[in-house]
Amino acid sequence: MLNIGVTMLGLSRFQFAMTTVFHFFFVPFSIGLAFIVAIMETCYVATKDETYKNMTKFWGKIFLYSFAVGVVTGIIQEFQFGMNWSDYSRFMGDIFGAPLAIEALAAFFMESTFIGLWMFTWDRFNKVVHCLFIWLTAFGSTLSALWILAANSFMQNPVGYAMNAPQHKVEMTSFSAVIMNRQLWNEFPHVIFGAFLTAAFVVAGCSAWRLLKKDHEHFYRKSMKVSLIIGLIACLGSVWSGDTQTRYLINNQPMKYAAMEGLWKNSTQKGDWTIIQGTKNHKTTWSIEIPYVLNILGHHSLNGTFKGQQQVNKELKAKYNKNGETRNYYVPTRTLFYSFRIMAVSAGLFALVAIIGLWFNRKKSQSIMRQRWFLYLMGLMIWLPFIVNTCGWFVTEFGRYPWVVYGLLTIADAVSPTSTVASLMFTNIVYFLIFASLGAVMIILSHRVLKQGPDSVETDGYSSEPQPSDKKVDPYEMGAAHND
Amino acid sequence: MTSYQFIWFLLIGVLFSGFFFLEGFDFGIGMSVRFFAKNRAERDTVIQTIGPHWDGNEVWLITAGGAMFASFPMWYASLFSGYYIVLFLILVALIFRGVSFEFRANMQTDTWRNFWEWASSIGSFCAAFLFGMMFTSMIQGVPIDKNGDIFGSFTTYVNWFSIVGGVAVSLLCFIHGLNFLRLKTSGELRQRAEKWSKVLYPVLLAGEVVFVILLYLTTDFFTRKPMSTWGILIALVIFTLAAWWGAQSSHDWASFIASGLSLISVVVLIFNGLFPRVMIATNNANSILIKNASSSPYTLHLMTILTFTILPIVLIYFIWSYWVFYKRIKSPKQVAE
Repeated sequence: MLNIGVTMLGLSRFQFAMTTVFHFFFVPFSIGLAFIVAIMETCYVATKDETYKNMTKFWGKIFLYSFAVGVVTGIIQEFQFGMNWSDYSRFMGDIFGAPLAIEALAAFFMESTFIGLWMFTWDRFNKVVHCLFIWLTAFGSTLSALWILAANSFMQNPVGYAMNAPQHKVEMTSFSAVIMNRQLWNEFPHVIFGAFLTAAFVVAGCSAWRLLKKDHEHFYRKSMKVSLIIGLIACLGSVWSGDTQTRYLINNQPMKYAAMEGLWKNSTQKGDWTIIQGTKNHKTTWSIEIPYVLNILGHHSLNGTFKGQQQVNKELKAKYNKNGETRNYYVPTRTLFYSFRIMAVSAGLFALVAIIGLWFNRKKSQSIMRQRWFLYLMGLMIWLPFIVNTCGWFVTEFGRYPWVVYGLLTIADAVSPTSTVASLMFTNIVYFLIFASLGAVMIILSHRVLKQGPDSVETDGYSSEPQPSDKKVDPYEMGAAHND
Repeated sequence: MTSYQFIWFLLIGVLFSGFFFLEGFDFGIGMSVRFFAKNRAERDTVIQTIGPHWDGNEVWLITAGGAMFASFPMWYASLFSGYYIVLFLILVALIFRGVSFEFRANMQTDTWRNFWEWASSIGSFCAAFLFGMMFTSMIQGVPIDKNGDIFGSFTTYVNWFSIVGGVAVSLLCFIHGLNFLRLKTSGELRQRAEKWSKVLYPVLLAGEVVFVILLYLTTDFFTRKPMSTWGILIALVIFTLAAWWGAQSSHDWASFIASGLSLISVVVLIFNGLFPRVMIATNNANSILIKNASSSPYTLHLMTILTFTILPIVLIYFIWSYWVFYKRIKSPKQVAE
């Protein structure tokens, strides 16, 4: 099904997939957590309730780990285009480079500068200014998502360009078209809502674990409440943006859509929606279906039909196979089909858990402490958003196969001609080991922060370093009077 | 060559200069965590000097890379794919040193704390060394084919000149870091940094002489541009001497600025020598030129407008953030007193 073997192309693809997936564990978590922490600090500024301040510092600490790992893996991501995909860079540089450079210039500088200011200036600026720092960090990270998705959207749906055939590259003709790409405005909200959802359910899940241990009940119940409200809104937003995005695919990338819904043959007017199916040789062998649901989901009506993969493949062959090529345009169907279902089912689960959680966690009720099964469930759900995010990228990226830039450049033509199997084997193994250990340290550290509990951050003056003598002293203030 | 192409060649140079000036002392501080600071309290102080800044400094590299991709895709593609293993090792080094500051502070056993401190020092050294090696190997001319792909052998990347270049750059970064420590700390730590600089500067000067000799032997800089190359080299030596003088006479600011300018001179030397090429091929016909390597005029025009709008704003808050943390950090002993 997938051409990931021990070949130069296969190893390059594996490396990119591995880096992206690992990087994207931390990106949505950081973006979402930045906002949650910002909201917590805003609550503190508005209500002067010290619990909110502790919440800000406590969850902020976990945010910092995630941010650090996100930064270092992000550099790999950027360098990889040139290192592993040099022919892609030559072909796409005119369009891809610009959003990437603007991302660095407009977004990365903003988040990295203001996060530094936010971390180290807890008693030096007034509350409103300090709160502004974390909002700027959150805003910067959102901007970075916008720019990188602008680049990705072009790869999904090229607009605002002209082909320069003799030099074999695309050239930008309209920046506004690249930015107004409809694909981008479907993709961006979905990613951002997904980010909020990720962070919200991690915060809620961690709180649930601590509540199981009857630890800092007031603190964790409040954290849970804030995060579940954000989580519920984010979940509804994800469903809405997921729906618009999926329906956009029907015409734009019909093969992706047909694979997501497991359609091999064209659908009938009845609109049978496949819950689960077996496939072999581009045909459905068995399936469980519900009538009309496909039309309701896809067309928002009871009538209509959809093209199946066989039909789409014929059309794409007619369109793109010049000079007697025999290339097929099938995508990794099972991956798309199941990824899509995992996303959809999880969305329902998230909404349900958020609503029940908010109900149990009512101010005057103690029921959340009694419903231990529910706290367990929520604790286990910490991992789900990460799986769901990965599924989302699987659908988006595998669904574009065999293209790297839709209709313009295939993945096979994008890889660096200089790469070798030996060097790729080596780098893949090292990357894998590094990612695995970074992930492990990340989990251990976050777990440790959780175990130490919110009291540990109240006293340490919020410098990332242990203070030598008086824990509340700000190191930069201390030196103020001293000049030699 | 159009004026936009020229502006972007300059801008890439400016971004790399900013990167080496800022990340230069970051690397130096990272190295001194284990190679200079004596005990845990000192290491805490040393890391604290760059705590709020290292992340922002690294963005200069990301921006330089992104800007190179946007303005000279052919250069970006050749350089990054051609230097695959070198860049991979740089990435590994940057990963370890990047997370080390955050991770180290939260380790509970000395073994793990030591591990992350060594990760910071070795990672910082390797990153500086490999960057130096990459650029000195690049300017000697590398085997490039018609497509712009580099098929080099081991000695393309590792040879006498590139090793000397790597050592020189990492030493320069280390001293730059010590000069930054002189600015940001006080008491014993500051004095020791000064003492070390006094000893290290003669070594650096000797290294610079070897560097110049090898530069003469292995590159075409002196035949193509004798005047400007000599001018920049003389400036480099003057900056080094000025920084040395600053160490002798306790002029902390002078030393820091001068060591930063030395790093920038190295970048200027390389960019001046490259011009009007971006990659030098052993077969001169395959050298990649500024005029062939760039993006379309439309993209360059757009990027110029955006950069000159956004960059000033970035610089304002970037510099302001340094201003906020301008004050010296007291050493642990002084805090106790």
